[in-house]
Amino acid sequence: MELSAFLFYFFALLIIGSAAIMVFSKNIVHSAFALMFTLAGLAAFYALLYAGFVAVTQLLVYVGGILVIVLFGVMLTTRGYFEKIKTRTVHLLPAALFSMAIAIILITVFLSTEWILAPLEEEVFTVQGIGELLMTDYMLPFQVVGVLLLLAIIGAVLMATRVAGEEEPPSASG
Amino acid sequence: MQQFLESYLPAAPLVVLVYAMIPLMIILLYALFAIWFERKVAGHIQDRLGPMRVGGWHGWSQSIADLLKILQKEDIVPAKADRFLFKLAPFIAFAASYGAYAVIPLSSEYIGSMIDVGVFYFIAITSLLSISIIMAGWASNNKWSLLGAMRTAAQTVSYEVPTVVTILSVIVVTGTLNLMEVTEMQSGNTTLGFLPNWIIFHSPFMLLAFVLFFIAALAEAHRVPFDLPESESELVGGYQTEYSGMRWAVFMLTEYVDLLLLSLIGVVLFFGGWNSPFGSFMDGPVWGVFWSVSKAMVLVFVMMWLRWTLPRLRVDQLMNLCWKYLIPICFVNLILIALWEMLF
Repeated sequence: MELSAFLFYFFALLIIGSAAIMVFSKNIVHSAFALMFTLAGLAAFYALLYAGFVAVTQLLVYVGGILVIVLFGVMLTTRGYFEKIKTRTVHLLPAALFSMAIAIILITVFLSTEWILAPLEEEVFTVQGIGELLMTDYMLPFQVVGVLLLLAIIGAVLMATRVAGEEEPPSASG
Repeated sequence: MQQFLESYLPAAPLVVLVYAMIPLMIILLYALFAIWFERKVAGHIQDRLGPMRVGGWHGWSQSIADLLKILQKEDIVPAKADRFLFKLAPFIAFAASYGAYAVIPLSSEYIGSMIDVGVFYFIAITSLLSISIIMAGWASNNKWSLLGAMRTAAQTVSYEVPTVVTILSVIVVTGTLNLMEVTEMQSGNTTLGFLPNWIIFHSPFMLLAFVLFFIAALAEAHRVPFDLPESESELVGGYQTEYSGMRWAVFMLTEYVDLLLLSLIGVVLFFGGWNSPFGSFMDGPVWGVFWSVSKAMVLVFVMMWLRWTLPRLRVDQLMNLCWKYLIPICFVNLILIALWEMLF
């Protein structure tokens, strides 16, 4: 087997296995750590497709950022030392029908689509092109996203300070 | 380098494996030496001699003896710990540190991967380290460990900002994310006629950028004065409290590997990487390894020196330093460097 094919199947197994653990685990922290392997495996897929920038962004944003915050949140908010999640099945029939429908649609789409296979190009460096596009054609969306993120940060800081302010007056007056 | 290996080794996967293992050789030798060296530095700073007995000359084989001892220790897993995650955590920590060596050019002929997003990858992969520490802290099922892990998460998320912004201010000057190209740009002997063409001499603001980068890197590596995740006087041992034997040794190794990694990245970004400081004198692929490692060792020494000189910060001081001082200064500095780059 070729090295790239071996890597593909290795990471595919990793993604599927860890995703299954994430869904079926009764321990929320286990789910979060399984999510790490799923996201990192996806990053490896992007890397195998020569999309280095997307792969690294996936790693940085999801694994390094969001997952750390998820873990942080889980550990800070769960009371009573990580109770087991109560899992039981509800609405069995509608859920089964719905998932069947989605599965049928996905399989039909997969079979009916004519897949266009691009010839393999080695070492396509993408980051410069992305940068140039962001600074020319997509300047406005780029700036709007920046302003949106700034607003979110300011909002978060405002909410955090308001909570602290509400706690202070009783201690100051009493 | 790769062609050289291909001509000697029979199979392609073997070539990849050997190529990927080259930094490991350097790291393992360095870690043995660095632990002994740190104890000597600590000793001399505190007016003692440090280890003197094992091996003859100034106790040079103390670390080898310690390694042999630690190999025989029992691997204890606490009864109430999460066995699988507890056992996995040290290896993820080491993998995260070692993964980052893929984009560090050790010499003009050796870089693990020539991807165009080198520094970006470095920033992303080192964030796995904090996840492994959270994993270790949580899986130990111990208050000290969990507190240490939470501190790590908060500290890493905060100090990633100044690190990234200072790295970005170097990228503004070089215009490439590939560390090999960053190093190649620093070849030659031109700044002011006698100084090497290193980025740190590029503009006065670069010196400030390096100082900021160094402070943030210390915090990222959890070294004193920012070693809150494992501060022994308040948290026993932090996230590694419950670890023993080889698993603890892997954490220890990771700590030193991380130290070298951040020093190497500092050397590549600010001090010319594998370039010789004397122009073309002692220049070449093999000397490149010598120069990049020995420049990094100077930074490692400074980190050790700081460890035995400065007291540890309190948690709130740590956060204040980062959000109220480092980040604003970093951003202003970034703008000034960009301005300098536009004007000159």
